[in-house]
Amino acid sequence: MIDIPIALHIPDGFLSGGVAALCGVAAVAAVAYGLRVANMELDEARVPLLGVLAAFIFATQMLNFPIAGGTSGHLLGAALAAVLLGPWLACLVLAVVLVVQAFAFADGGITALGANVLNMGVLGALLAGYLMVGAAKVLPHTRVTFLGTVGVVSWLAVMVGAAATSVELAVSDTVALGTSLPAMLGVHALIGIGEAVITVAAVSAVLAARPDLVALAPKELTATGAGVARPVERTI
Amino acid sequence: MKMRVFVILALAVAVGLATAVSPFASASPDGLEKVAEKQEFLDQAQLARIQEDSPISGYAFPGVENERVATGLAGFAGTLAVFVLGYGLAFLLRRRERGDAPPRAPA
Repeated sequence: MIDIPIALHIPDGFLSGGVAALCGVAAVAAVAYGLRVANMELDEARVPLLGVLAAFIFATQMLNFPIAGGTSGHLLGAALAAVLLGPWLACLVLAVVLVVQAFAFADGGITALGANVLNMGVLGALLAGYLMVGAAKVLPHTRVTFLGTVGVVSWLAVMVGAAATSVELAVSDTVALGTSLPAMLGVHALIGIGEAVITVAAVSAVLAARPDLVALAPKELTATGAGVARPVERTI
Repeated sequence: MKMRVFVILALAVAVGLATAVSPFASASPDGLEKVAEKQEFLDQAQLARIQEDSPISGYAFPGVENERVATGLAGFAGTLAVFVLGYGLAFLLRRRERGDAPPRAPA
Protein backbone atom coordinates (compact mmCIF):
# COMPACT_ATOMS: atom_id res chain seq x y z
CA MET A 1 0.00 0.00 0.00
CA ILE A 2 1.98 2.92 -1.26
CA ASP A 3 -0.63 5.53 -2.05
CA ILE A 4 -2.04 5.89 1.44
CA PRO A 5 -2.18 9.59 2.10
CA ILE A 6 -0.16 10.79 5.03
CA ALA A 7 -1.83 8.93 7.87
CA LEU A 8 -2.50 11.48 10.55
CA HIS A 9 -5.09 9.29 12.20
CA ILE A 10 -5.59 5.54 12.62
CA PRO A 11 -6.23 4.16 9.14
CA ASP A 12 -8.29 1.05 8.45
CA GLY A 13 -6.29 -2.15 8.81
CA PHE A 14 -4.58 -1.28 12.10
CA LEU A 15 -7.40 -2.37 14.39
CA SER A 16 -9.22 -5.70 14.63
CA GLY A 17 -12.92 -5.76 13.89
CA GLY A 18 -13.79 -6.25 17.54
CA VAL A 19 -11.68 -3.37 18.78
CA ALA A 20 -12.96 -1.08 16.04
CA ALA A 21 -16.55 -2.00 16.88
CA LEU A 22 -16.06 -1.53 20.61
CA CYS A 23 -14.46 1.88 20.09
CA GLY A 24 -17.28 2.72 17.69
CA VAL A 25 -19.89 1.94 20.31
CA ALA A 26 -18.10 4.06 22.91
CA ALA A 27 -17.70 6.95 20.48
CA VAL A 28 -21.33 6.82 19.37
CA ALA A 29 -22.48 6.77 22.99
CA ALA A 30 -20.39 9.82 23.86
CA VAL A 31 -21.51 11.71 20.77
CA ALA A 32 -25.14 10.81 21.45
CA TYR A 33 -24.80 12.19 24.96
CA GLY A 34 -23.18 15.28 23.46
CA LEU A 35 -26.19 15.74 21.20
CA ARG A 36 -28.43 15.56 24.25
CA VAL A 37 -26.34 18.09 26.15
CA ALA A 38 -26.50 20.43 23.15
CA ASN A 39 -30.24 20.07 23.08
CA MET A 40 -30.50 20.96 26.76
CA GLU A 41 -27.76 23.54 27.21
CA LEU A 42 -26.54 25.03 23.93
CA ASP A 43 -27.74 28.62 23.85
CA GLU A 44 -28.55 30.16 20.52
CA ALA A 45 -25.80 32.71 21.11
CA ARG A 46 -23.12 30.00 21.30
CA VAL A 47 -24.16 28.19 18.11
CA PRO A 48 -21.60 30.02 15.93
CA LEU A 49 -18.85 29.20 18.44
CA LEU A 50 -19.34 25.50 17.81
CA GLY A 51 -18.98 25.99 14.07
CA VAL A 52 -15.98 28.25 14.25
CA LEU A 53 -14.24 26.02 16.78
CA ALA A 54 -14.68 22.97 14.54
CA ALA A 55 -13.26 24.99 11.65
CA PHE A 56 -10.30 26.18 13.74
CA ILE A 57 -9.50 22.65 14.91
CA PHE A 58 -9.72 21.31 11.37
CA ALA A 59 -7.37 24.05 10.19
CA THR A 60 -4.83 23.56 12.96
CA GLN A 61 -4.84 19.79 12.50
CA MET A 62 -3.37 20.49 9.06
CA LEU A 63 -0.49 22.40 10.61
CA ASN A 64 2.00 19.70 11.42
CA PHE A 65 4.85 21.11 13.44
CA PRO A 66 8.21 19.34 13.49
CA ILE A 67 9.33 17.64 16.68
CA ALA A 68 12.48 15.63 17.32
CA GLY A 69 13.71 12.84 15.05
CA GLY A 70 11.99 13.52 11.75
CA THR A 71 8.57 13.33 13.30
CA SER A 72 5.77 15.84 13.33
CA GLY A 73 2.70 16.49 15.38
CA HIS A 74 -0.40 18.58 15.17
CA LEU A 75 -3.01 19.98 17.50
CA LEU A 76 -5.75 17.54 18.47
CA GLY A 77 -7.98 20.25 19.89
CA ALA A 78 -10.00 18.16 22.34
CA ALA A 79 -8.79 20.13 25.35
CA LEU A 80 -9.35 23.45 23.57
CA ALA A 81 -12.90 22.49 22.70
CA ALA A 82 -13.54 21.19 26.22
CA VAL A 83 -12.34 24.42 27.83
CA LEU A 84 -14.45 26.58 25.52
CA LEU A 85 -17.60 24.46 25.33
CA GLY A 86 -17.46 21.91 28.11
CA PRO A 87 -16.52 18.24 27.68
CA TRP A 88 -19.62 16.87 25.97
CA LEU A 89 -20.08 19.56 23.35
CA ALA A 90 -16.36 19.15 22.68
CA CYS A 91 -17.00 15.51 21.74
CA LEU A 92 -19.43 16.77 19.09
CA VAL A 93 -16.97 19.28 17.68
CA LEU A 94 -14.21 16.69 17.34
CA ALA A 95 -16.63 14.19 15.82
CA VAL A 96 -17.60 16.72 13.12
CA VAL A 97 -13.93 17.36 12.32
CA LEU A 98 -12.97 13.68 12.23
CA VAL A 99 -15.99 12.63 10.13
CA VAL A 100 -15.16 15.25 7.49
CA GLN A 101 -11.50 14.22 7.54
CA ALA A 102 -12.35 10.54 7.07
CA PHE A 103 -14.96 10.91 4.34
CA ALA A 104 -13.81 13.97 2.40
CA PHE A 105 -10.04 13.75 2.92
CA ALA A 106 -9.46 10.00 3.39
CA ASP A 107 -7.64 10.90 6.60
CA GLY A 108 -8.26 8.22 9.20
CA GLY A 109 -10.09 5.00 8.45
CA ILE A 110 -13.82 4.46 8.19
CA THR A 111 -13.99 1.41 10.46
CA ALA A 112 -11.37 3.15 12.62
CA LEU A 113 -13.47 6.32 12.81
CA GLY A 114 -14.92 5.36 16.18
CA ALA A 115 -11.44 4.79 17.59
CA ASN A 116 -10.23 8.12 16.23
CA VAL A 117 -13.21 9.95 17.70
CA LEU A 118 -12.63 8.17 20.99
CA ASN A 119 -8.86 8.76 21.11
CA MET A 120 -8.63 12.29 19.76
CA GLY A 121 -12.01 13.55 20.87
CA VAL A 122 -13.90 11.87 23.64
CA LEU A 123 -11.11 10.73 25.96
CA GLY A 124 -9.17 13.97 25.78
CA ALA A 125 -12.25 16.15 26.04
CA LEU A 126 -13.65 14.32 29.05
CA LEU A 127 -10.31 14.10 30.83
CA ALA A 128 -9.46 17.74 30.17
CA GLY A 129 -12.96 18.98 30.90
CA TYR A 130 -13.46 17.19 34.18
CA LEU A 131 -9.91 17.91 35.36
CA MET A 132 -10.58 21.59 34.73
CA VAL A 133 -13.78 21.42 36.74
CA GLY A 134 -11.99 19.60 39.57
CA ALA A 135 -9.04 21.99 39.50
CA ALA A 136 -11.35 24.99 39.77
CA LYS A 137 -12.56 23.61 43.09
CA VAL A 138 -9.13 23.56 44.71
CA LEU A 139 -7.04 26.16 42.87
CA PRO A 140 -7.30 29.94 43.08
CA HIS A 141 -9.42 31.53 40.38
CA THR A 142 -6.77 33.66 38.75
CA ARG A 143 -5.99 34.02 35.11
CA VAL A 144 -2.49 32.57 35.50
CA THR A 145 -3.67 29.50 37.41
CA PHE A 146 -6.47 28.95 34.95
CA LEU A 147 -4.22 29.13 31.89
CA GLY A 148 -1.61 26.96 33.62
CA THR A 149 -4.23 24.32 34.25
CA VAL A 150 -5.35 24.55 30.63
CA GLY A 151 -1.78 23.81 29.56
CA VAL A 152 -1.44 20.80 31.85
CA VAL A 153 -4.75 19.21 30.88
CA SER A 154 -4.01 19.80 27.18
CA TRP A 155 -0.81 17.80 27.54
CA LEU A 156 -2.64 15.06 29.44
CA ALA A 157 -5.38 14.91 26.80
CA VAL A 158 -2.79 14.13 24.14
CA MET A 159 -1.14 11.51 26.34
CA VAL A 160 -4.39 9.70 27.10
CA GLY A 161 -5.18 9.57 23.40
CA ALA A 162 -1.74 8.15 22.62
CA ALA A 163 -2.04 5.57 25.41
CA ALA A 164 -5.51 4.51 24.25
CA THR A 165 -4.23 4.12 20.69
CA SER A 166 -1.44 1.85 21.94
CA VAL A 167 -3.87 -0.28 23.92
CA GLU A 168 -6.20 -0.59 20.92
CA LEU A 169 -3.31 -1.60 18.67
CA ALA A 170 -2.14 -4.15 21.25
CA VAL A 171 -5.57 -5.72 21.76
CA SER A 172 -5.85 -5.88 17.96
CA ASP A 173 -2.58 -7.88 17.89
CA THR A 174 -1.05 -5.26 15.62
CA VAL A 175 1.88 -4.39 17.87
CA ALA A 176 2.79 -5.38 21.43
CA LEU A 177 1.89 -2.89 24.12
CA GLY A 178 5.43 -3.08 25.51
CA THR A 179 6.88 -1.75 22.27
CA SER A 180 4.20 0.69 21.14
CA LEU A 181 3.25 2.31 24.44
CA PRO A 182 6.68 3.77 25.30
CA ALA A 183 7.14 4.87 21.69
CA MET A 184 3.71 6.49 21.45
CA LEU A 185 3.99 8.18 24.83
CA GLY A 186 7.52 9.37 24.08
CA VAL A 187 6.54 11.02 20.80
CA HIS A 188 3.31 12.42 22.18
CA ALA A 189 4.95 13.85 25.28
CA LEU A 190 6.56 16.28 22.82
CA ILE A 191 3.47 16.74 20.66
CA GLY A 192 1.57 17.44 23.89
CA ILE A 193 3.84 20.41 24.61
CA GLY A 194 2.84 21.87 21.25
CA GLU A 195 -0.78 21.14 22.09
CA ALA A 196 -0.42 22.91 25.44
CA VAL A 197 1.22 26.00 23.92
CA ILE A 198 -1.38 26.35 21.15
CA THR A 199 -4.30 25.67 23.47
CA VAL A 200 -3.16 28.19 26.07
CA ALA A 201 -2.60 30.79 23.35
CA ALA A 202 -6.02 30.20 21.82
CA VAL A 203 -7.80 30.23 25.17
CA SER A 204 -6.05 33.46 26.22
CA ALA A 205 -7.11 35.05 22.94
CA VAL A 206 -10.74 34.14 23.52
CA LEU A 207 -10.46 35.16 27.16
CA ALA A 208 -9.26 38.59 26.03
CA ALA A 209 -11.86 39.04 23.29
CA ARG A 210 -14.95 37.33 24.67
CA PRO A 211 -14.34 35.89 28.15
CA ASP A 212 -17.97 34.82 28.39
CA LEU A 213 -17.31 32.24 25.67
CA VAL A 214 -14.85 30.28 27.79
CA ALA A 215 -17.26 27.81 29.36
CA LEU A 216 -14.88 26.32 31.91
CA ALA A 217 -13.26 29.54 33.06
CA PRO A 218 -14.04 30.54 36.66
CA LYS A 219 -16.73 33.21 36.95
CA GLU A 220 -14.20 35.74 38.20
CA LEU A 221 -12.57 35.67 34.75
CA THR A 222 -15.65 35.77 32.59
CA ALA A 223 -17.66 38.68 33.95
CA THR A 224 -18.53 41.10 31.19
CA GLY A 225 -20.65 44.18 31.02
CA ALA A 226 -23.44 44.07 28.41
CA GLY A 227 -21.43 41.90 26.05
CA VAL A 228 -18.44 44.20 26.11
CA ALA A 229 -15.28 42.67 27.48
CA ARG A 230 -13.62 44.53 30.30
CA PRO A 231 -9.95 44.04 31.05
CA VAL A 232 -9.85 40.69 32.79
CA GLU A 233 -7.44 41.81 35.47
CA ARG A 234 -9.95 44.24 36.89
CA THR A 235 -12.40 41.49 37.64
CA ILE A 236 -10.03 39.26 39.58
CA MET B 1 -16.49 42.43 20.95
CA LYS B 2 -19.73 41.52 19.23
CA MET B 3 -20.33 37.84 18.62
CA ARG B 4 -20.54 38.35 14.88
CA VAL B 5 -17.21 40.16 14.82
CA PHE B 6 -15.61 37.48 16.98
CA VAL B 7 -16.88 34.67 14.75
CA ILE B 8 -15.79 36.37 11.54
CA LEU B 9 -12.34 37.09 12.99
CA ALA B 10 -11.88 33.56 14.32
CA LEU B 11 -13.09 32.03 11.08
CA ALA B 12 -10.74 34.28 9.13
CA VAL B 13 -7.84 33.07 11.29
CA ALA B 14 -8.84 29.42 10.73
CA VAL B 15 -9.28 29.82 6.97
CA GLY B 16 -6.06 31.82 6.76
CA LEU B 17 -4.07 29.18 8.61
CA ALA B 18 -5.53 26.33 6.56
CA THR B 19 -5.03 28.12 3.25
CA ALA B 20 -1.79 30.01 3.63
CA VAL B 21 0.15 28.19 6.35
CA SER B 22 -0.77 24.52 5.86
CA PRO B 23 1.16 24.28 2.56
CA PHE B 24 4.29 24.97 4.58
CA ALA B 25 3.54 22.60 7.47
CA SER B 26 5.97 19.82 8.31
CA ALA B 27 5.71 16.89 5.89
CA SER B 28 7.40 14.52 8.33
CA PRO B 29 5.35 11.54 9.50
CA ASP B 30 3.30 12.31 12.58
CA GLY B 31 3.51 10.53 15.91
CA LEU B 32 1.42 7.49 15.06
CA GLU B 33 2.78 7.13 11.54
CA LYS B 34 6.36 7.27 12.81
CA VAL B 35 5.72 4.57 15.39
CA ALA B 36 3.92 2.43 12.79
CA GLU B 37 6.83 2.82 10.42
CA LYS B 38 9.47 1.94 13.03
CA GLN B 39 7.53 -1.00 14.37
CA GLU B 40 6.68 -2.19 10.89
CA PHE B 41 2.93 -2.18 10.81
CA LEU B 42 2.48 0.86 8.61
CA ASP B 43 1.92 -1.38 5.57
CA GLN B 44 -1.23 -2.76 7.16
CA ALA B 45 -2.95 0.55 6.47
CA GLN B 46 -5.79 0.27 4.00
CA LEU B 47 -8.06 2.72 2.30
CA ALA B 48 -11.74 1.93 2.70
CA ARG B 49 -13.51 1.57 -0.65
CA ILE B 50 -15.64 4.63 0.03
CA GLN B 51 -12.46 6.65 0.57
CA GLU B 52 -11.16 5.85 -2.89
CA ASP B 53 -13.64 8.41 -4.11
CA SER B 54 -12.88 10.96 -1.41
CA PRO B 55 -13.23 14.38 -3.00
CA ILE B 56 -9.96 15.73 -1.57
CA SER B 57 -7.95 12.61 -0.80
CA GLY B 58 -4.75 13.28 1.10
CA TYR B 59 -5.38 17.03 1.45
CA ALA B 60 -4.55 17.69 -2.20
CA PHE B 61 -7.24 19.57 -4.11
CA PRO B 62 -7.88 17.55 -7.27
CA GLY B 63 -6.75 18.88 -10.61
CA VAL B 64 -4.20 21.28 -9.16
CA GLU B 65 -0.63 20.45 -10.07
CA ASN B 66 1.19 22.76 -7.72
CA GLU B 67 1.37 20.86 -4.44
CA ARG B 68 1.32 23.90 -2.20
CA VAL B 69 -1.63 25.42 -4.00
CA ALA B 70 -3.46 22.07 -3.89
CA THR B 71 -2.91 21.82 -0.13
CA GLY B 72 -3.97 25.40 0.44
CA LEU B 73 -7.16 24.95 -1.57
CA ALA B 74 -7.89 21.73 0.33
CA GLY B 75 -7.47 23.60 3.60
CA PHE B 76 -9.68 26.45 2.41
CA ALA B 77 -12.47 24.14 1.26
CA GLY B 78 -12.21 21.85 4.27
CA THR B 79 -12.26 24.60 6.85
CA LEU B 80 -15.34 26.20 5.35
CA ALA B 81 -17.06 22.82 5.02
CA VAL B 82 -16.36 21.99 8.66
CA PHE B 83 -17.60 25.44 9.73
CA VAL B 84 -20.87 25.02 7.84
CA LEU B 85 -21.39 21.49 9.16
CA GLY B 86 -20.57 22.41 12.76
CA TYR B 87 -22.69 25.55 12.63
CA GLY B 88 -25.58 23.68 11.01
CA LEU B 89 -25.44 20.84 13.50
CA ALA B 90 -25.32 23.23 16.45
CA PHE B 91 -28.17 25.27 14.97
CA LEU B 92 -30.37 22.18 14.67
CA LEU B 93 -29.46 21.01 18.15
CA ARG B 94 -29.60 24.29 20.00
CA ARG B 95 -31.71 24.67 23.07
CA ARG B 96 -35.08 26.14 22.18
CA GLU B 97 -36.46 28.73 24.54
CA ARG B 98 -39.40 27.09 26.18
CA GLY B 99 -42.46 28.86 27.49
CA ASP B 100 -41.68 28.01 31.09
CA ALA B 101 -38.02 28.98 30.85
CA PRO B 102 -37.01 31.83 33.14
CA PRO B 103 -36.20 35.05 31.34
CA ARG B 104 -32.55 35.28 30.43
CA ALA B 105 -30.57 37.15 33.03
CA PRO B 106 -28.91 40.30 31.75
CA ALA B 107 -25.22 39.67 31.10
